[in-house]
Amino acid sequence: MELVCIVCPNSCRLTVENHDGQVSVSGNKCKRGEVFANSELTNPMRSATTSVKTTVLGYPVVSVKTDGEIPKSKLFELMQLCDEIVIDKPLPIGTVLVDNLFGTKAKLVTTTDMEDTNE
Amino acid sequence: MRYDTVVIGGGPAGLAAAIKASENGGSVLLIEREARLGGILKQCIHDGFGVVRFGEKLSGPEYADRFIKELRRTNVQVSLFSFVTDTHKCDDGYSITYVCRDGMHTVQCSSIVLATGCRERTRNNIYIHGDRCAGIYTAGAAQNLVNIMGVMPGKNVVILGSGDIGLIMARRLTLEGAKVLGVYEAKSSPSGLTRNIHQCLRDFDIPLYLSKTVTRVFGTTRLEKVEISDVDEKMRPLAGSEQLVDCDCLVLAVGLIPENEIARDMLVPLDPKTKGAYVDQNCQTKTDGVYACGNALHVNDLVDYVSESGETAGIDCVKPAHKRKLIQINTEGKLLYVVPQLLDVNSDVSRVVMYFRASEELSAQRLTITADGQTIFTKVYNKLLPPEMERITVDFTQAASLRDLTVKLEDK
Repeated sequence: MELVCIVCPNSCRLTVENHDGQVSVSGNKCKRGEVFANSELTNPMRSATTSVKTTVLGYPVVSVKTDGEIPKSKLFELMQLCDEIVIDKPLPIGTVLVDNLFGTKAKLVTTTDMEDTNE
Repeated sequence: MRYDTVVIGGGPAGLAAAIKASENGGSVLLIEREARLGGILKQCIHDGFGVVRFGEKLSGPEYADRFIKELRRTNVQVSLFSFVTDTHKCDDGYSITYVCRDGMHTVQCSSIVLATGCRERTRNNIYIHGDRCAGIYTAGAAQNLVNIMGVMPGKNVVILGSGDIGLIMARRLTLEGAKVLGVYEAKSSPSGLTRNIHQCLRDFDIPLYLSKTVTRVFGTTRLEKVEISDVDEKMRPLAGSEQLVDCDCLVLAVGLIPENEIARDMLVPLDPKTKGAYVDQNCQTKTDGVYACGNALHVNDLVDYVSESGETAGIDCVKPAHKRKLIQINTEGKLLYVVPQLLDVNSDVSRVVMYFRASEELSAQRLTITADGQTIFTKVYNKLLPPEMERITVDFTQAASLRDLTVKLEDK
């Protein structure tokens, strides 16, 4: 089967063959392509970026990211989780909002420094 | 008040320019019209920024934050909520007038750095006919609504343009609960990175329609439907192919144009190919003391290069002025453009960073730079695509004579 590696902008076209559970990957320019293909076949993972609401003046929402990958199947659950969060004070960039997302080591962290005024 | 340099625009190019100008001993005023520094990066909350510079994938606000923190360690004066209304030449440099919250100010400076970024093409730029209804946004406006204001631009969305901005907005709007009915592209192949086609469209089953465009919009107060037409290979709509698609939102991701209102006011010569100023290797325009960098100079695809050109301008703009000798760099072959377009042979020519784009999709190409017939640089490219900018560093000191400079792209 054909896959496109999304690890970096090179977008390598991968050819993946499954010989009785032995997965072989070709077309990748680096090792990360092989890791990506294996994960894509078993449990596809994605990192995600979105925003959460705040009550801080000038910040109707603030940007957040998962600082690692979470299962692709959990993306919409992540959005629901983010919907329930309301930040009520200015937080520095990199503040952890949620730990161990969906049993992974990934955390939900802020990516904007709210200590700047923003009217 | 007098400064060595005034930087106009507090996005990635302006931040980098201001930091370097200050680190090199200059007194600097940075003028930004918005409430916060960072420019468009503030709303580009997706990741992928800084791979070249920092070797990691940052989100836009994180990339900007690194420069903002660095700026705070310098003596750069920052004026927010400030808009430049006049710039003109005066006896010993330039006079700049800007409006801000406490009124109008006029300052003098020896050099100006234009870091005003670019603007999106709008519905009018691409001649979409029909009603003047609400619900039609440029991708950047939609992105600002969602990522900064926390407001959704619509529920059922049609996106025109398959560049990375269009693809990223398709994913973003889908995650936030909108139904993206399709991404339409007038060209026969998608413009964005293949990786974005996969992680933004395929992951969410968003259809991509090629060789189709929006030709008309309908809606009394709010957008109700759009007319989609097939186009021929020259992107001309084909009569009889019209289809109607019900939607309440049209997002236009149809290209960017460098913003050069101030440059035009100051009669700085502009390159019709880049739509930015002609510059030398130090990002100085043909007008002495006026610099241009970042997306105001030419539309970049990586912010890392925007910062790089900002730094180039920032370092040079606080050096003592010297008499320049500008030699034109000619282009030959299928090149969309080359930046810089000029070489100042009276300053350092040993490490000249050049950016170029091919004018069409090409394979097995050789890029050659010659000076008076002598080859001083050559590089082979297996594949060149117009959306992907290439960067090279050229040592012009090898040239016996710095006359008749040519950049040529030809079949290998």
